[in-house]
Amino acid sequence: MSGTNGTSGTVTATRAEVCAVACAEAFRGDGEIVAAAVAGFVPMLGSRLARSTFEPDLLTTDGGPSLSAEAVPLGAAAAEVEGWLPFRDHLWLVLNGRRHVIMGPSQIDPYGNTNISCIGDWERPKRQLLGVRGGPGNTLLNTTSYWVPKHSPRVFTGKVDFVSGVGHDNGAHEIRVVVTNLAVLDFATPDKRMRLRSVHPGVTVDEVVQNTGFELAVPGDVPETRLPTAEELRIMRDVLDPKGLREREVPS
Amino acid sequence: MSKVMTAEEVVGSLESGMTLGIGGWGSRRKPMALVRAICRSPLTDLTVVSYGGPDVGLLCAYGKVRRLVTAFVTLDSVPLEPHFRRARQDGAVELTEYDEGMFMFGLYAAAHNLPFLPTPAGLGSDVMRVNPELRTVRSPYADGRELVAVPALEMDAALVHMNRADARGNAQYLGPDPYMDDLYAKAADRTYVSCERLVDTGDLLKEGPVQSLLISRAQVAGVVEAPNGGHFTDCSPDHGRDEAFQRHYAQAAGDPEKWAEFRERFLSGDEAAYQDAVRAWREEGK
Repeated sequence: MSGTNGTSGTVTATRAEVCAVACAEAFRGDGEIVAAAVAGFVPMLGSRLARSTFEPDLLTTDGGPSLSAEAVPLGAAAAEVEGWLPFRDHLWLVLNGRRHVIMGPSQIDPYGNTNISCIGDWERPKRQLLGVRGGPGNTLLNTTSYWVPKHSPRVFTGKVDFVSGVGHDNGAHEIRVVVTNLAVLDFATPDKRMRLRSVHPGVTVDEVVQNTGFELAVPGDVPETRLPTAEELRIMRDVLDPKGLREREVPS
Repeated sequence: MSKVMTAEEVVGSLESGMTLGIGGWGSRRKPMALVRAICRSPLTDLTVVSYGGPDVGLLCAYGKVRRLVTAFVTLDSVPLEPHFRRARQDGAVELTEYDEGMFMFGLYAAAHNLPFLPTPAGLGSDVMRVNPELRTVRSPYADGRELVAVPALEMDAALVHMNRADARGNAQYLGPDPYMDDLYAKAADRTYVSCERLVDTGDLLKEGPVQSLLISRAQVAGVVEAPNGGHFTDCSPDHGRDEAFQRHYAQAAGDPEKWAEFRERFLSGDEAAYQDAVRAWREEGK
């Protein structure tokens, strides 16, 4: 596999950087709300990149209960703090609604129902996972996006074993996008089934279809996911993720 | 009036079959010294109410849990709790699985002596399917919304771990998040506080601002001084999570033979023996 997925001017972006920008794009237009990117380094980087560039009013944390005065590098504590968001206030925000969360599903179905609770029968699971966490409330009441670092038919499955996050056929507020290591997916179809929005540079439509365990809506013309700008690359590499944690999550 | 007790006295006041709330969140500020004392006791058949971490894992490993009420069990930096997984996969524990916000409303309801509190969280999800006893209510106002009536999470007793407390039972947190510990204290019939350090009442405000006095003595039945008693979970600023030891725990917990060794080495004696064994283990690693 080549790490040279695309070029922007004279700079080459890695797949992880394309994914982080796709996660940042998920927050475009959100304004002054909390970006709660709990699913991993890439979405966390994406939320902070959005705040550092086109979505400056976003509120972001340092990974703990501090709302940082500026977007802080991954793994760093906030040097300056503008607010406090303990767990109870996250749960308040779920009902309040001014929050967009990116979660990581173990399974996701065509309507965006997701499972992080258990694999197999709930009564006696084959593999116990985390439990539902805040998934039911998040998805019913907040804009939700998903991050899947390894796009596979095991994750993209026709039916989830347990609905811990509700999809569009179960009352979801808005499942905006699903960003994976291969593509960006959304629900912009008449019946809100999952659709392939764009493939990352170097990925074919067929590759995405092969790695999805259900029939995906595929438009006739699937664009490429946009590349990071030179400025976005600079911010990711020099400011927000100088240690390159993003590359561990999506090996090039 | 001093409410100072030993961990053994706290556990001695509990009974098998009780419903027990445990404060903290995941692998953060868990009353581990009290949990370890329960593991050493004959208590059994407990219903445990917890945003679960290694407290739930250890109690499952010792066969203490009949039913668990939770939204998750995690070690945070290690996503999955091996003992809890095994207990679920073996069918050894019953589970009441709620959304995190539903769980909080259950605590709020119990703290306020309300039979339930309404919330939309949970609707549409399989939480409703696997908790068939849950009822919904319809708003009597113009919106007419259907909401989940989350029943009060009533508890016979609750255990929380705080940074400071006085002998009367006033308890203070100095870390960045209160979690839900005040709600447990208000919701349970009686609450036991373990703390990193007992201080004189007059010194509490030397430790932190008045808002850090999270739990009032009116809600507290007993106080235990347990230095490093949150170990290996995070109890900042007194001690962060002992990540190396937590990894050691998680590796041992995933393998019956290693777990037997772990249990023998760290958990066969009292709390002082545990703390000594951890210190010795850390010295070895240097």
